[in-house]
Amino acid sequence: MKEATKDKFISLILLAVAMSAISGLAVITAFIFKEGLPIMFKVGLGKFLFSSDWYPHEGSFGIFPMIIGSLAVTIGAMLIGGSLGLGCAIVLTQFCPPRLAALLKPCIELLAGIPSVVYGFIGVVILVPLIAEHLGGPGLSVLAASVVLGVMVLPTVTSISVDAIQAVPRAYREGSIALGATQWQTTHMVILKAAWSGIVAAIILGMGRAVGETMAVIMVAGNTLDLPGGILDPVRTLTSNIALEMGYAAGEHRQALFATGVTLFVIIMALNILALTVSRRRTRRVGA
Amino acid sequence: MSDSEHDNNEIEARARRLMGAMKGQEPAAPLVQPKMVVEHFTASFAGAASLKNISLTINPRERLAIIGPAGSGKTTFLRSLNRLNDLEHGFSLFGRILLDGQDIYGPDVDVPALRRRLGMVYATPAPLPWSIYENLTFGPQLKGAKGRDRLDEIVEAALRGAFLWDEVKDRLKMNATNLSGGQQQRLCLARVLALEPEVLLLDEPCSGLDPVATAKIEAAMAELKAKYSIVLVTNNTKQAARASDRTAFFLMGELIEIGPTSEVFTKPVHGRTNDYITGNFG
Amino acid sequence: MRLSPTTTQRIAVTILWTLAAATIGMLVFIVAFILVQGMPHVTWEFLTQAPRSMGREGGIFPVIVGTLWVAGLAVMIAAPVGVITAIYLTEYTREGKITLVIRFGADCLAGIPSIIFGLFGFVFFVITLGMGFSIIAGALTLALMVLPTIIRTSEEAIRAVPRSYRDVSYGLGATRWDMVTKVVLRSAMPGIGTGIVLSIGRCFSETAAVMLTAGSALRLPTSAFESTRTLALHFFLLAREGISMPKAYATASVLILAILAINLCAYWVMRRFVAKVR
Repeated sequence: MKEATKDKFISLILLAVAMSAISGLAVITAFIFKEGLPIMFKVGLGKFLFSSDWYPHEGSFGIFPMIIGSLAVTIGAMLIGGSLGLGCAIVLTQFCPPRLAALLKPCIELLAGIPSVVYGFIGVVILVPLIAEHLGGPGLSVLAASVVLGVMVLPTVTSISVDAIQAVPRAYREGSIALGATQWQTTHMVILKAAWSGIVAAIILGMGRAVGETMAVIMVAGNTLDLPGGILDPVRTLTSNIALEMGYAAGEHRQALFATGVTLFVIIMALNILALTVSRRRTRRVGA
Repeated sequence: MSDSEHDNNEIEARARRLMGAMKGQEPAAPLVQPKMVVEHFTASFAGAASLKNISLTINPRERLAIIGPAGSGKTTFLRSLNRLNDLEHGFSLFGRILLDGQDIYGPDVDVPALRRRLGMVYATPAPLPWSIYENLTFGPQLKGAKGRDRLDEIVEAALRGAFLWDEVKDRLKMNATNLSGGQQQRLCLARVLALEPEVLLLDEPCSGLDPVATAKIEAAMAELKAKYSIVLVTNNTKQAARASDRTAFFLMGELIEIGPTSEVFTKPVHGRTNDYITGNFG
Repeated sequence: MRLSPTTTQRIAVTILWTLAAATIGMLVFIVAFILVQGMPHVTWEFLTQAPRSMGREGGIFPVIVGTLWVAGLAVMIAAPVGVITAIYLTEYTREGKITLVIRFGADCLAGIPSIIFGLFGFVFFVITLGMGFSIIAGALTLALMVLPTIIRTSEEAIRAVPRSYRDVSYGLGATRWDMVTKVVLRSAMPGIGTGIVLSIGRCFSETAAVMLTAGSALRLPTSAFESTRTLALHFFLLAREGISMPKAYATASVLILAILAINLCAYWVMRRFVAKVR
C-alpha cells in the first residue's frame, strides 16, 4: 500500500477512537441535562433554586438550603485551604532549599492521594467531637466540613500556585533583590503580584473541587435539610443530597436529583470557565 | 585553473546545453547525467513564495555550496529536495525537481524511501536520546536491516565515514547526548551515512561548532564527495570558498548566480553577489 | 507602629513555615492515626479470608479482589483510549478550533465531580443497559472518570518531546506511525505511565461513583457482571454504620498503603526514566 494511503488509514482509525472518547464524555453531559432539565422547568426554575421545601414525597423540590450549604462549605474550605495552600506554595518556591522542596512537594501531592472517605472519617472521629466540646453545637457542622474540605483541596491550590509562581521570570526576583528588598518584600510586592492571576485560577479550581466533594462531606456535615444559621450548624450540600437519596429515589424524585446534578454541573462549569479566563488573561499580559 | 575546476566548467556547460535541449528541442545525448535537476521551482507557504523560479543542477561527486543572507530561502530549498516541506501546513509548489531523471513530487513516489536517498544533517546537532549504536541502527532497521552482524557492519562503516569511529568505538552503548557538540554532529552525519544515501544535504552543519570540530566535518566532506553529491548550505562565505566545488548565491528566494566556486568568489557576475561576498551587506 | 523590613520578613517567614509545617503535620498525623490503629488488625487472615456478619468478623479478601477487578478493568479500558486520543490530538491533527474545543471539553470534564459520573453510570449502565450493579458498570464509569486526566497527561508528555526528534525521524525515512511509536512514545512513556498509575490510585480512592454502579455486595465476584465492593466503600460502610471500628481501621490501612505504594511507584518511574530521557 502506498505510504500516504496507509497514513490516512491509520489517521482515520485514531480519529474514530478519539471521537468515541470525546463523544462518551459528551453523552454524559447530554444525559444529565436530559434527565434533569424537564423537572426543573416543571417545578419552575425560580422555585427549584430558591425554595427551601424539599419534600420529595409531596412532590416539592426546592434546593435552596443545599445551594447555601454548598456555598458556605466551599467558601469556608477556600479560606482554610486557600491560605494554607498558598502559604505552602510560597514556602516551597521562595523560602525552601531545593532539596527540602523536592521532599516536601511529593508529600503534599500524597495528601491529594488520600481517599476522601479517610478524611471524612478522621473528621468524624477527631474533629467533630472537638468542635462539639469546645465550640458548641452538634459538631457536625459547616465548620467541620470546611476544615476537612480545606485540607482536601490544599494540594490542588498548592501545585497550581507553585506553577504560577515559577512562571514568573527570574529577572523580576533578581531585579527586586538587587534594589535591596528583603525576600519577603520581593515575594509579596513583586512575585505574588505577577503570579496573581495564576493563584486566583488555583483558588477557583480548588473551589470547583470542593463543591464536587461528596463522601467526606456526608460524614461530617450533618445532612439536615434546614438552612444553616451559623458555622456551627449542620448543613446538607448539593452533592450529599444526590448521594444520600439516589439509592431509593424513583420517578420525579430521581429526576429532581438529576436536576440537582444539573445545578452542580453548571456551577462547576462556570468556575472552570472563570479559572480559564483568569489564567488566559495573565498569559496575554505577561507575553506582551 | 585546476583540473577539477575545468571538469566542473565542462559539466556546467553541458548541463546548460542539456537544459536547452529539454525546452522542447531534440534531446542531445548527455555525456554526464546530473544527479538532480531543479526546474523552475517555486515554493510557497500559505500563498507567500519563499523560492522563486529556481533552476539549477546538482552533479554527482561534487560539493555545491549555497550561500546567501538569512531569509533567502536556502533552508527551504534544502528541505524541498527531500520533501520535508510536505510536513508544513500550506506548502505548495510549482516546477519540478528530478532525482536521476524522476520527478520527486510525482504521484507514486515513496516518500520515506526518497528521504533515505537524500540524507539531511541539521544545523543543531540532534541526536536521539538513545545510545550511539541505537541512533545509528534506527534508520537501517526501518528499512528492514536485521541481525546483529549486519547492524554492527553498518554502524562501523557509517562511523568510519564520518571520521568518528576511532573516538567512540569502545563506547557504542553510551548515550549519544553525552558526546561533545562536534562529535554529536559527526554522529548525525554517520546516522545519515548508515542509510547509504546518494545525496547529502547539510544545513549549516558547523554553525555551532568550534574551528577544530568544523575542520573535521569539512575533512569528512572532502572524502565523502568521492561517493556522494553534497549540497551544503552555509552562512560562512569562507567555508563555502574553501570547502565546495560550485557555489550558488540565493537572495530573497531567487537564485542570483551559480558557478564554479573560484569564479564566483573572484569574478562574480552580479553586483549583489559581490556585495554579499565582500560583506557589504547581509 | 512601623516595623522594619527585616522584622516583617522574620514574622512572615515564621508564619509561612508554621503553615507549611501544619500541612505536613496533618498529612503525617492522618496517615499515622489510621496506620497505628489499623495495622495491628491487618493480619494474613484478614487479607485472605471472607468477611462474616457484614464485615464484623473475618477478612476482606473479596473486597480486595473486587477493588482490583474494578480499578484494573477501568484502567485497561481508559488507558489505550486515552493515549490514542492524545496521540491523535498531538500528532495527527493541526492546532485549530476542533482541538481547542476537544481540549476544553476534556479539561472541564476532568473537573466534574465523581457523584455526577456515579449518577450517569447508575442510570445508563446499571439500568438502561441492564448491567445491574456490576463490576463492569463500575469499571466503565470509572474509566470515563479518569479518561480526561489520562488524555491530558499523555498530551503534555507527548508535547514535551522536542520537535527535533520528529524532523530527524522523518529525515531518516520514517513514516508518521514509525515516528510516533518508535521515537515520540518511547520518550513520552514515563509521563504517560505516571498519568496512568495515578489514575489507578484515583480508582482506588473513589467511593461515590462506585457505590452507585458496582454496588456493595460482599461475595467473592466470579464474573464481571456481578456486584462487588471496593476497599474505600467497605471502609465507608463499616465506619458509618458503626459495624466494627477495628476492621474499619484495618481496611483503611490497607487502602492507604496501597495508594501510597501506587504513588511512590509513579514517582519512581518518573524520576528514573525522565533523567535518562533528558
